Amino acid sequence: MENNPVLIEYLPIAVLIGIALFFAVLLPVLSLNLGPKPKENARSKMIPYESGIVAIGEAQRRLPVKFYRIAVLFILFDVDIILLVPWAVTFRKLGLYGLAVMGIFMVLFILGDIWVWKKGILEWE
Amino acid sequence: MTPGQIALRALIVGFIVSFAIITGFAYTTLLERKVLARLQHRVGPNRAGYIPLPRRGGGPERKLLAGFLQPAADAVKLFFKEDMTPGKVDRITYTLAPMITVMPAIILLAVIPWAGEITIFGAEFTPYFAIAPGLNVAVLFLLAITSISVYGVVLAGWASNSKYAILGGIRASAQMISYELALGLTVLIPIMLADSMNLGDIVAAQANGWFVFRQPLAAIVFFIGMMAELQRAPFDLLEAEQELSAGFNVEYSGMRFGMFFMAEYMKMIIFSAIIVVLFFGGYRGPFVDQLPGLGFLYMILKIIFFLFMMIWIRASFPRFRYDQLMGLGWKRLLPISVFNFIIVAVFIVLQEEGVFDSLLKLLGVG
Repeated sequence: MENNPVLIEYLPIAVLIGIALFFAVLLPVLSLNLGPKPKENARSKMIPYESGIVAIGEAQRRLPVKFYRIAVLFILFDVDIILLVPWAVTFRKLGLYGLAVMGIFMVLFILGDIWVWKKGILEWE
Repeated sequence: MTPGQIALRALIVGFIVSFAIITGFAYTTLLERKVLARLQHRVGPNRAGYIPLPRRGGGPERKLLAGFLQPAADAVKLFFKEDMTPGKVDRITYTLAPMITVMPAIILLAVIPWAGEITIFGAEFTPYFAIAPGLNVAVLFLLAITSISVYGVVLAGWASNSKYAILGGIRASAQMISYELALGLTVLIPIMLADSMNLGDIVAAQANGWFVFRQPLAAIVFFIGMMAELQRAPFDLLEAEQELSAGFNVEYSGMRFGMFFMAEYMKMIIFSAIIVVLFFGGYRGPFVDQLPGLGFLYMILKIIFFLFMMIWIRASFPRFRYDQLMGLGWKRLLPISVFNFIIVAVFIVLQEEGVFDSLLKLLGVG
């Protein structure tokens, strides 16, 4: 590890993840131990909150498909954007050639965007 | 330095910065309540902790710093409340969700440069003061860690097994991933202008002018995307009180409920820091080269400015409708940021290749 400067750069982040874990565990533990214990027979407290009305049916049911559509679109576009990141760091060195290559990629990106738009996938009704 | 020294330094600085940000979170809640109250012609919290001043004549009671212990009172209350787990929840996920929400908010602190090159008690911080100063993919790191906090919200909603919570969680996830696209594309522009992903280099590149003056559109899109990512008003669809009562955290109580708020306000502070670093010159300001410690002050003042802006916007604008929210994200911000990115890239490449110089020569100007 001492000979690997890349790993040393990430060492503080590993330490910070440990600190974050410390706080993330400490707070619930303190809260669960300091507060009053829930009574065993508090049955009405244990049912899901629905503004005082008794819940009908399960909550974990099927959800509208439009949310999944958004998630799939997000993955497609986000992969495209991640591909742009290394290009954005080196594009000065790549010059006109890099610009042309990325231009073709961006044309495909925009065509995909227009197709999605025209298909009405972005409409939220 | 040896790895052991680096780890020790990271441990000390990490604890100090984490405690600072937790205190900052507490006082941001107070700032929000006070500013909102003032904008609505109220007084705000003024009972917990004040310095009494002598009455002027027969005038009313006068208080200095009214309410400055309110965050402490809130924290004590949250810790000593009954922290119960409702019966129908998925226990493991229910316990993990607040942790997954809080952890990214603290991990994001790693790469933010708080001040220039300084020496504290013999420990040198070069090239700038941060927990992990050497990281050269800092911007990518920020994007990656930000995305993780979506999990916390979704899992909290799903594990609660309550209809309000599930709707809040699923709404929040769709909103966050929609605006993340615009956010990810806009983040590329400071990278391109500074020619580096290291946040310290980005700040250093703004010595001759903040990027907000060169790319105001990108700064505006980033600010909007950031507020949507933070679930701040007018984008706080996931906790629309009239529709969902409280959203994904409706089944939580005690400090585990407080942890969601902690994450939200800590991320408010950190995202203010990120927009300051990317577009508003970071710790740079007058005389900062002579006195590096001054960078802290500039950074904190700029962060407070953005916190104030977010609170002001919350007080001023009504909440979006969900279709408007999705329309803004996908049909406005995404195309704007794509074309902005293309224009910036083409102009910089043409300038580097000297096309503009030869054009000017052709016109007989240069």
